[in-house]
Amino acid sequence: MIVQFLVGIIIGGIPLSVSLLLAGLGEMFTQRSGVFNLGVEGIMMLSAFIGFFTVYTIGSPILGIIAAMAVGALMGLLMGLVSITFKAEQGITGIGLFMFGWGLSGTLFRVYVGGVTTIKGIDGINIPVLSKLPVIGPILFNQNPLVYVAYILVPVASWLLFKTSWGLKVRAVGTTPAAADTVGINVVKIRYQSLVIGGIMAGLAGAYLSICQAHLFADNITAGRGFIAVALVYFGRWKPSGIMGGALLFSMAHSFQRLIQVYGINFPYEIAVIIPYVLVIVVLALTWKSQSLGPLALGKPYDREFRG
Amino acid sequence: MKNNEEKKKQKQERLLNLFIVVAALLVALFIGALLFIIAKGNPFKAYSVMFTRPFTSLFGITEILVRAAPLMLVGLGIAIAFRSGILNIGGEGQILIGAIAGAAVALAFPGLPKIILLPMIFMASFLGGALWGGIAGWMRSYLNVNEILSTVMLNYIAMQVYMFLLRGPLIDPKEVSYGTGVPQTAVFSKSAWLAKLIPGTRLHSGIIIAIVLAVAVYILLWKTTIGYRMRAVGIEPKAARTAGMNVQWYLLLAMLLSGGFAGMAGAVEITGVHHRALESISAGYGFSGIVVALFGGLHPLGIIPSSIVFGLLIVGSDMMQRAVNVPASIILSIQGLIILAIVSAQIFLVNPKYKEKMLWILGFNARLKNRNKGERR
Repeated sequence: MIVQFLVGIIIGGIPLSVSLLLAGLGEMFTQRSGVFNLGVEGIMMLSAFIGFFTVYTIGSPILGIIAAMAVGALMGLLMGLVSITFKAEQGITGIGLFMFGWGLSGTLFRVYVGGVTTIKGIDGINIPVLSKLPVIGPILFNQNPLVYVAYILVPVASWLLFKTSWGLKVRAVGTTPAAADTVGINVVKIRYQSLVIGGIMAGLAGAYLSICQAHLFADNITAGRGFIAVALVYFGRWKPSGIMGGALLFSMAHSFQRLIQVYGINFPYEIAVIIPYVLVIVVLALTWKSQSLGPLALGKPYDREFRG
Repeated sequence: MKNNEEKKKQKQERLLNLFIVVAALLVALFIGALLFIIAKGNPFKAYSVMFTRPFTSLFGITEILVRAAPLMLVGLGIAIAFRSGILNIGGEGQILIGAIAGAAVALAFPGLPKIILLPMIFMASFLGGALWGGIAGWMRSYLNVNEILSTVMLNYIAMQVYMFLLRGPLIDPKEVSYGTGVPQTAVFSKSAWLAKLIPGTRLHSGIIIAIVLAVAVYILLWKTTIGYRMRAVGIEPKAARTAGMNVQWYLLLAMLLSGGFAGMAGAVEITGVHHRALESISAGYGFSGIVVALFGGLHPLGIIPSSIVFGLLIVGSDMMQRAVNVPASIILSIQGLIILAIVSAQIFLVNPKYKEKMLWILGFNARLKNRNKGERR
C-alpha cells in the first residue's frame, strides 16, 4: 500500500516537473546574465495559448510547440527592450510582462475559442518491453517525449553554461558587467541572447502544459508555475542539477497533494493545494544563505556611462 | 532666492513626471489598439466607448468612484512599499485576508452600533492585510527572502485560505440549509454597512475614507521622521544603515503598512459594495494597484487622480465588452503594457542626457540645461 502510494507519487510527479524544469533552466541563463525575469509566468501563459491554438486550428503539435517557442522568444525580446535597453527596474517589468501575457492569453482564448475544448496534443510514448518492467517501467519508460527532452536538457544546459565560451561570457556579464565590457564582451548582446533563450524555454514549458499535459487551454493554466520556476533558480543555486532537484521536489509535493484527493483521504482540498506554494516559501527561507552565491549583478541594469 | 529656484525646479520636475507618465499611457494605449485589432474589435470604437460612455450616466460616474476606492487604497499601500525599496506584488492576497478578517468581525458582532463596528472591521482588515504583508516583509528583512517571490506565493496561499474559510467555517448558513453551497458569508447586519453617498447607486463613503487616508500617507511619508527614514531606506539602504537607521525594521514596517492598506481595500469592498464576503471580491485590484501606484508617480496625492483614471478604465472596459464584443480581460494586458511603458519611460527622468532633452521639449529654458551640466559628477 505504502509502496504503491510512493510509486504513485513519482509516476504522477515526473510529468508535473517538466514545465518547472524547462522554465527554470531558461530562467537560469537569464539570471546568470544578470537579468531577473519575473515575466516567465506571463510568457508561459501566452505560449501555452498559442501552442494550443496552433494545434486547435492546424492540428500539428510540432508546429504548436514551435509557435509557442517563437512567442516565448518575442516575449523575451520585449523584456529585453524594457529592462536592458530602457534599463527599467526588472521586478516591476516582469510584473508588467506577466499581466500582459495573462490578459492577452485570456482575451484571445475567449475571442477565438470560447469554451473548454480538448485537442489531440502529444501523448506519452510506450517504449516496448522496457515499459512493462515493474515499478521503473512506468516511471522511466512510459513518459511524454518532452519529458525526455527536458531531462536531456539538464546536462546540455550545464555544458553550455560551464564548458563553452558563450557560457563563460554569460557568467561574466552577470557577475561583473563592467569588467566583461572592458575585455570586449558585448554585455547588451549577451543579456538579450540569454533573455531570448529563457523566453524560448518558458515558451516550451507553456506548450508542454497545454499540448502535452492538459490537452486543453484554460485561463490561468499555469497557476503560478512560472513564478515557482523563478524561485527554483534561487533554490537550485543557479545550477541545472539544483534546479532539476527543486523541480522534482515541488512536483512530488504537488503529486502527493493530488494523490491525497484521489485516495479520498479526509483532508481539506484547499489546504492540500497550498502545500507546494508553502514549500516554496519555506525553502526560500531555509536557503537564504545560498543567495549570496547568486550572480552579483543580478537585477542591476548595466549602464556604460555610469558606475553602479 | 535659492529657495525660490528650488521650488521652480521642483515644479519642473513634477511637470516632466506628469508629461512622461501621460506619454507612456498614450504609447500603451496605441499598442493596445493593435491588441484590439487582433481580438477582432474596432479600436476607435472600443476606446471611445471606454473613455466616454461611463460619463453619460449617473451609474457610470458613481461606478468609477466605487472602483477607485479600493484601487486607491491598494495603490497607496504599494507606493509605501516601493518608496521604501520593497516590491509588494502581494496586494491580491492581502486584500483577501483583509476582507476575510473584516468579515469575521462583522459576523461576530452584528449587534454593535455602527460607530464602533465599522472601525473594528477596518482595524481587523488592516491587521489581516498587515499580517500577510508582514510575513513577506519579515522574511525579506531577517531571512533575505526575495519579497517578490514570497508575496506571489502568498497570493496563491491566501486565495486557498480565503476559499477554505468561505466554503467552511464562515459560509452563509442559508447556503448550507438550501443546499446551494455558494461560497459566501451571510449578509452583514446593517451596522456593518458603509453609508451610501447617493441613494440608488453603489457609491459609498469608502472613497472619502480612501482620500483621507491618501492625505494621511502623504503626511506620514513627507512630514514625519518615520516616513523620512522609510524613504531613505528605499533610496540608499547602505547610507541609511550608516546613518544609524534600523533598515530591517523599516522594511518590515513598510510591508506591514503596505499589506494593511491592501487589507483595508478588502474592508471597503465587503462593507461598501457587497455587504458580505464572496468569491470574486478582489477583481484583480492587487495587480491594478501596482499600475495605479506607478501612474500616480508613487506619490499619495498623485494616486488619487490615478486611481480615478483606472477606475474609469475598468468601468469603461466593462461597457466596451458589451459594445464591441471584446472580453474585458483585454484591459489586464493593456495595464501590463502601461506598466512596461511607464518603467521604460523612467530613463528620461534618470539619465540627465535624455532629461535635458525632455525639459527642452517641454519648453524650459537653457539656463537649467547649463546648471544641470554643472551638477553632473
